[in-house]
Amino acid sequence: MKPVLKGTSFVLVHVPHIMTEAGTTFSVEREENNDSEFLQNAPNHIRTFEECLRYAPNQAFIGNIDPESLDSLPKPWYEHLIEGERFGKFGEIMPEDEFYALMQIADVFDLVLLEDGFVETIKGKLSNHPLINANDVAKLKGKPHMEIEKQVNENGAIPLKVDGILVGCVRKAHDKDETLAAHVMLENLATKASAILALKHLLHNAQIDPGQIEYIIECSEEACGDMNQRGGGNFAKAIGEIVGTLNATGSDVRGFCAGPAHAILHASSLVASGVFKNVVVIAGGATAKLGMNGKEHVKKGLPLLEDTLGGFGVLISADDGVSPVIRLDSVGAHTVGTGASPQQVMSALTVNPLEKLGLTLSDVDKYAPELQNPEVTEPAGAGDVPKSNYKMIAALAVKRGEIKKDDMDTFISEHGMPGFAPTQGHIPSGVPIMGSAREKIMAGALNRVMVIGKGSLFLSRMTNQFDGVSFLIESNNGTVEQQTGKAADEQKLRTLLADALRDVAQHLRSSEE
Amino acid sequence: MLKDKKVIIVGERDGVPGPAIEECVKSAGAEIVFSTTQCSV
Repeated sequence: MKPVLKGTSFVLVHVPHIMTEAGTTFSVEREENNDSEFLQNAPNHIRTFEECLRYAPNQAFIGNIDPESLDSLPKPWYEHLIEGERFGKFGEIMPEDEFYALMQIADVFDLVLLEDGFVETIKGKLSNHPLINANDVAKLKGKPHMEIEKQVNENGAIPLKVDGILVGCVRKAHDKDETLAAHVMLENLATKASAILALKHLLHNAQIDPGQIEYIIECSEEACGDMNQRGGGNFAKAIGEIVGTLNATGSDVRGFCAGPAHAILHASSLVASGVFKNVVVIAGGATAKLGMNGKEHVKKGLPLLEDTLGGFGVLISADDGVSPVIRLDSVGAHTVGTGASPQQVMSALTVNPLEKLGLTLSDVDKYAPELQNPEVTEPAGAGDVPKSNYKMIAALAVKRGEIKKDDMDTFISEHGMPGFAPTQGHIPSGVPIMGSAREKIMAGALNRVMVIGKGSLFLSRMTNQFDGVSFLIESNNGTVEQQTGKAADEQKLRTLLADALRDVAQHLRSSEE
Repeated sequence: MLKDKKVIIVGERDGVPGPAIEECVKSAGAEIVFSTTQCSV
């Protein structure tokens, strides 16, 4: 059975307070030098929700503008804000106050405390949200302001603020266990809540009942567990529980930024093998990476652009004859023995799987490697990451004699796209193309897209290796494969029995007449 | 140019990773005293 890309969702959450509280650039700076120039100046560089909403890459992420149109918009994008909507065809940009409430909805251990008055106000706002239902809102409950202050001042709870005013906190889940410390619970609950938002949008976008989802694969970069199994998991089932996917179990897949590409391959394989018909791949955002390049942004007078959590959902289903197909007959893999040179890496991920299918690099309409927004990375000295990847693919095409060296720029503009995703680790790694790619493939504007996920495994200090996998998404030729094997035999038997019973009934009716 | 020199390598995952630079530097006869790969994203 061919696995197909049945639906996608992409969400952002504007969290300026969580950025300054839990982003590691901020938290490490506070520990080392609480009076630093950066910490003093940072508040002047925080964007309002309106500014975040009207930022062109964010509108591209949720589907309100085509990511490829970004190149034609005046730069810098943060100075040339566009008309923006909170909701887009792939998802939404949620403000921080509503997200605090969603974190409490996601929390089943009373760790997220919200102040009485705040809860009353936010209930009204959330009641108007198209995908947050009455059962969700009914879970919200308030606490006296004094109790929240006490948790923050005496028990090490992490404060939750709106416009500098304390409205809640996240407290620790255990007195001794550092794996359940307040900052870890904030990190994990934020990941869970943003994934819940992405899953709600995915079910809505794909027009599928939650009960039809059979398996969930969560692929963020966080670890949930306790001191005896700190990465025990499982975010996937915890997310499904809140959204009401009652017939689904699930598991977590990890691989740094390559996690999502691995997870989509797992999901597609589960569908192709017939184990499950509808498998969701889901990821929430990373609080630690908020404001990661903030020092350089502040120093250079930019807004703190890394103020959003990202999230996405992908639904892989059994072939429906129309949705784009995830090809499993040839995938790219950076193996243990591949080697580390840029040429070896990119060959393993692009040339090798294409050669196996008799295709050339030019036969792929669009490549989606790392899709980080260059406006975030360039001021920090990390360059335009998508463009670096496209240059290497184009160089391989030159080396293989597919194109001339002078045509590299044309190749890059035709087969590449501008980066538009937030620097949230796993979020920008190839997958953000899948929303627009699905639409364009179904409309006939694209035929073949390659998603490339790469992960920095060396960061865990377990290996010096990094990693990558890639896969192709193609238009569906409309031929739904016939069942084979036991299922086909059973179907034949049913048909024979039905025919025989019909003959008997006809015979009896004739006898009576 | 690098022969018998001590070298510190800072590679980048989406640029040229540390191990790839190591191979080049070693072949030029340098001694690698530290090598790492950064991930800026």
